[in-house]
Amino acid sequence: MELHVTDLNLARAGVPVLTGVSFALQPGKALILRGPNGAGKTTLLRTIAGLQDALSGHITGAEDRIAYAGHADGLKAMLSVSENLTFWAQVFGQRSIVDALAAYALEPLAERFAGTLSAGQKRRLGLARLLVTGRPLWVLDEPTVSLDAQAVAMFADAVRAHLAGGGAALIATHIDLGLDAEVFDISPFRATTNTRAGASDEAFL
Amino acid sequence: MSIWSYANPVKFLALSARVQPALWGAAALCVSVGLIWGFFGTPDDARQGSTVKIIYLHVPAALMAINAWFMMLVASLIWLIRRHHVSALAAKAAAPVGAIMTLIALFTGAVWGQPMWGTWWAWDPRLTSFLILFLFYLGYIALWEAVEDPDTAADLTSVLCLVGSVFAVLSRYAVNFWSQGLHQGTSVPVATGGRTVADVFFYPLVVSMLGFGLLFIALVFYRTGTEISLRRAAALRARADRGL
Amino acid sequence: MRALLLRDLRLALRAGGGFGLALAFFLIVVVLVPFSVGPQTALLSVIAPGILWLGALLACLLSLDRLLALDFEDGTLDLMVTAPLPLEAALSVKALAHWLTTGLPLVLVAPVLGLMLNFAPGGYVWLVASLALGTPALSVIGTFGAALTVGIKRGGLLLSLLVLPLYVPTLIFGAEAARRGAAGLDATTPLLLLAGITLATIACMPFASATVLRMGLR
Repeated sequence: MELHVTDLNLARAGVPVLTGVSFALQPGKALILRGPNGAGKTTLLRTIAGLQDALSGHITGAEDRIAYAGHADGLKAMLSVSENLTFWAQVFGQRSIVDALAAYALEPLAERFAGTLSAGQKRRLGLARLLVTGRPLWVLDEPTVSLDAQAVAMFADAVRAHLAGGGAALIATHIDLGLDAEVFDISPFRATTNTRAGASDEAFL
Repeated sequence: MSIWSYANPVKFLALSARVQPALWGAAALCVSVGLIWGFFGTPDDARQGSTVKIIYLHVPAALMAINAWFMMLVASLIWLIRRHHVSALAAKAAAPVGAIMTLIALFTGAVWGQPMWGTWWAWDPRLTSFLILFLFYLGYIALWEAVEDPDTAADLTSVLCLVGSVFAVLSRYAVNFWSQGLHQGTSVPVATGGRTVADVFFYPLVVSMLGFGLLFIALVFYRTGTEISLRRAAALRARADRGL
Repeated sequence: MRALLLRDLRLALRAGGGFGLALAFFLIVVVLVPFSVGPQTALLSVIAPGILWLGALLACLLSLDRLLALDFEDGTLDLMVTAPLPLEAALSVKALAHWLTTGLPLVLVAPVLGLMLNFAPGGYVWLVASLALGTPALSVIGTFGAALTVGIKRGGLLLSLLVLPLYVPTLIFGAEAARRGAAGLDATTPLLLLAGITLATIACMPFASATVLRMGLR
């Protein structure tokens, strides 16, 4: 199933930030989101993930199919690495965490408490969580923060494997991941001072 | 032109500017006539002497305290369903007015009861319910102040108003149940509410209630206008920050 | 759902402060009461039902702060919204976990503390029954308050201000049941009303809680 985003208008804090965003993402493909800081990449990703509402427009193909990874890792410091992964696996209805541990070389850390990990290791664990969700569409916001070159390569391999298996990925990143992916620049869709998109502030202007 | 056209903040400000002078004038007139007539133009009560005249403050204030919350409830529903900012800001504006009315009701209730109870406060079911209502008002106002994003604040406070209304009604019955343990003689004769009160007391009371009602409306118009202007200033500032 | 319950219970056990904190606070409140009102056993006996209920209520309030704020800070709440579990169910489970780690221990410890306050011997059954029926409501209402204040920095005090008025009906009926039980009277009416409130809140509040949580996460 494709992800279709049509004519999306987004606002942040009552102010329009993106207008008329449209794109499609087919299974097996990845789309890299580019744009300056503050342009609205996070807002766009969160809206697609279902955490926020758009002002107007349509998103189809996203319902119940998304695994989201934002800036925070969603880890519990007082649970071990495998306990954290097992929890998410159970919530999403999957069974095995073995492949996820292997993909990010987390086996040696499996019984360590997540609170004792370094930033890079925590991020690897957060990304490993994507593998236990069993969801086809990955929506990722700056996934490579804190990762060293080796870990970035692990991540890129995991994405390639996911795409090969019929999944899709929407990734906001500044880094060249070496993926065979289209780049979608959101700069042309940025709202201007005079944009009227139905954002909250406009009622008062 | 339906009433919904005033959901536009700018149109509301225009309407507010037009009606406020009349409202304030009428409110001032009714309140002063009601109070003066009530305090000076009515005879003393056989049992309670002149302290009963505090009802000309107490009953209208108590009535408005409840009506204000009810207005906030309706305004909150309108915000949740139709997303009209004026409605949300009107609820925000009405809350402190309602809170003050509740305080007046509590204070005058205590003053009324003191000669009879010999104490400045008794846990009478009516007064206790108003005390709880006051706490609900405080929580509502505090939540508006605590949330940064104005739309989220409007959303959260609206749901709080809804849930709070259910619990306020529940508390009313709970407090009645709870106060059964008190000996009967302490209930404040607030239950009169006008029905068993003789005509000579009743008419000034009606005028006073009308006055308080008009006062409430005038205050809400005024304060809502202020909230709209504040929001407008913030929106202009945000737009200026973005464009440059 | 079971996974969430087990995780929260495990975290409460490990984070040191889960079980113990509420119980310790309950104990401290009960200990402070004789210091503030005097040690006459007759007086303590009269106010014991109320103090026990109030102490339990305040102890429940203490741990509400952590209920959702921690999950908010580490991003778990965002992920829960996208998970297959309905948010209403997730919040009900969190309320259950809160009750198991806070309310239930309080219910079990209350008779012991009642001894210290000269609680009337015949009333223990009513005391425990009232607390057992009432504390789940405190957890569920508290979850609503926590969801309301989830994004607010240092929202703990605001949480108390919002939740305590909502606790009034439960407190009234619960304490009344304990009082009547202590006096040897039949406490069925307040107990039934208490149970009614608890059942109604368990059924309805998760929807309100989920609504405000989604609003706060935007």
